[in-house]
Amino acid sequence: MSIVIEVDGRTLGADEGMTILQALRRAGMDAPTLCYHPNLTPVNVCRACVVEVEGSRALVPSCSRRVEPGMRVRTDTERVRRARKVVLEMLASSVDTSTAPELAAHLAAYHGDPARFGSDVARVLEPLRDDNDLYVRDYAKCILCYKCVEACGEDAQHTFALTVAGRGFAARIDTGADAPLLESRCVFCGNCVAVCPTGALMPLIEHRMRQAGEWDESRQHVAETICPYCGVGCALELHVQGNRIVKVTSPADHDITRGNLCVKGRFGFTYVNPDPGGR
Amino acid sequence: MPEVRRLLARAGVADPESLEAYRSLGGYAALARVAERGPAWVLSELEASGLLGRGGAAFPAGRKWRAVAEAAGRRRVVCNADESEPGTFKDRVLMEQDPFAVVEAMTIAGLTVAAEDGLVYVRGEYRLAAARLRRAIDQAERAGLLGADVAGTGRAFWIRVVRGAGAYICGEETALFNSVEGRRGEPRNKPPFPTQAGLFGDPTLVNNVETLCNVPIVVLEGASGFRRYGTDRSTGTKLFCVSGHVERPGLYEVPFGTTLGELLALAGGVWRGRRLQAVLCGGAAGTFLGPDRLDLPLTFEGLQPVGGTVGSGAVIVLDETASLWDIVLRVARFFQEESCGQCVPCRVGTQRQLEIVTRLASGRARPEDPQLLADIGAAMTDASICGLGQTAAGAVLSALALRPGAPSSSNGGASAAHGRPGEVV
Repeated sequence: MSIVIEVDGRTLGADEGMTILQALRRAGMDAPTLCYHPNLTPVNVCRACVVEVEGSRALVPSCSRRVEPGMRVRTDTERVRRARKVVLEMLASSVDTSTAPELAAHLAAYHGDPARFGSDVARVLEPLRDDNDLYVRDYAKCILCYKCVEACGEDAQHTFALTVAGRGFAARIDTGADAPLLESRCVFCGNCVAVCPTGALMPLIEHRMRQAGEWDESRQHVAETICPYCGVGCALELHVQGNRIVKVTSPADHDITRGNLCVKGRFGFTYVNPDPGGR
Repeated sequence: MPEVRRLLARAGVADPESLEAYRSLGGYAALARVAERGPAWVLSELEASGLLGRGGAAFPAGRKWRAVAEAAGRRRVVCNADESEPGTFKDRVLMEQDPFAVVEAMTIAGLTVAAEDGLVYVRGEYRLAAARLRRAIDQAERAGLLGADVAGTGRAFWIRVVRGAGAYICGEETALFNSVEGRRGEPRNKPPFPTQAGLFGDPTLVNNVETLCNVPIVVLEGASGFRRYGTDRSTGTKLFCVSGHVERPGLYEVPFGTTLGELLALAGGVWRGRRLQAVLCGGAAGTFLGPDRLDLPLTFEGLQPVGGTVGSGAVIVLDETASLWDIVLRVARFFQEESCGQCVPCRVGTQRQLEIVTRLASGRARPEDPQLLADIGAAMTDASICGLGQTAAGAVLSALALRPGAPSSSNGGASAAHGRPGEVV
């Protein structure tokens, strides 16, 4: 605790190099986040976590701003609440939030009303991209948090199959000239799927089961194991529903994987199921 | 207050393609003095001059120069010539009419902050400006005023010209760096500031064209000479780009402190004897000022209290016949088209703002619209990453303040759009 900062009148200790958000969370306080992920470089684009920092003209993203000695932060002002609420409302008025529980929870906490912009507003309208055997891309649910771009690029996979194309409200995640995934650089590790906060990227099996009304997380249990494919020893979480593996993840806080897997670990499990031919 | 010609001393007088013509009118005297007095002297004069950045943010130039001069490692100098603010054409005139001044000022910057790499990022549409800068750089190199040994100082400084590709966002300094590096034109997270980690990660001095062109004047006249013009806090002269409904639109150089009314008088006043409706001061990123603001001194400190801004120096004049809401609609459309889309407040906010302003402009306003615009504007201003989003609501909200009765379908958007000056306030 080499640095002391003040948040909402409380004195908090923080370590040098920590972000405001990290200091908040360590002290049991919080700020809503959507684009933040502990294993990814903060891109501070969603602006849901903004706070007031004394001396700064604009609000400051707590996920990326590092603490400084004597910093005075306010998370509870009308200005902060208003900005956060409107940001959440604007997002929810733009995209399909049906599989975005975090966004829905933040919106409810801030009493947001996305319908107040009217029913005739522009929305992100994109067809479902169902072009391979492993995962679908439903960009009508995409909030452009950049997590998939980061996971595909410098923060995990170094494949660089994904980028952002277009400008303003027309900006979209893109594989390069909107190529189908099989024609892109994608190696199907699914690390983008693992970090997507809105279900815009979803394993095909989960997508099919949701469409059929069969996806039921209350009936699922998680079996922890080690990936059988190679000697790295990645930790796997097998999500099992009705005695079938329906999804594989890895814990984000695991030392070896940090939530990342390869195509085999993430998607190569159907042979285990009683009906290995079916998906 | 009269028009003065300091930044524009050579514009339209000297052949912009001739180094000899530039030198015969005092060109390169400043570089010679810098070579003689050294960087420490330049920094102290620049700080004492009170020169503030002319690109819109009004950051103290001397402080920026010192930060780069004291930074470790390889340093760079970037001239931001991506002049894209609607209604702004001052940097264009400087580059087209006095390109050697830009080159000399950058060279002074290079010697002062000990950088060897200079770069001018020129707006893509400014072909003539880019061509004249390249020609000036070429001549300066051949004359030993640029290159491996600048003016016999033993110090190297090179300048290369990079042309933009048409995105407004790339005038934001960190998006500009991304553009030069071949990345997507998106602003970067600050901090770190460019003075710490800028182009290619190196400490970078980035200044607007007009800011740089003030430097040789500071060097030649000293801080006190520079301060003969302007006010205590807004020192020197300022280029204003007067356009719209005036008799003589054009570029005017006046001391800071000149009132808006005096500036309009220089431009011949509102054309055809009509009455003034409003002035869009600062371009699309600026604010509307009503006819009651003619006595306002054009200074950073004078405009701030009324929510105004010197901004880029754009002064767009609307007479009584102009449709205010049509102009507001164009401003809203501009930001919706130019938002890079990186952060939520700007990406969605500029879209929602356009939707609502479209309703206002066509007389279909809903009762909740003013509150929605205020909320969207607050989120954009407070929570956007960069200056684009932070200023994207200024013109819209200031128009609402000028025409509080406009946005309701009961009184009709059309009558509001053609409101007379007498109805203002």
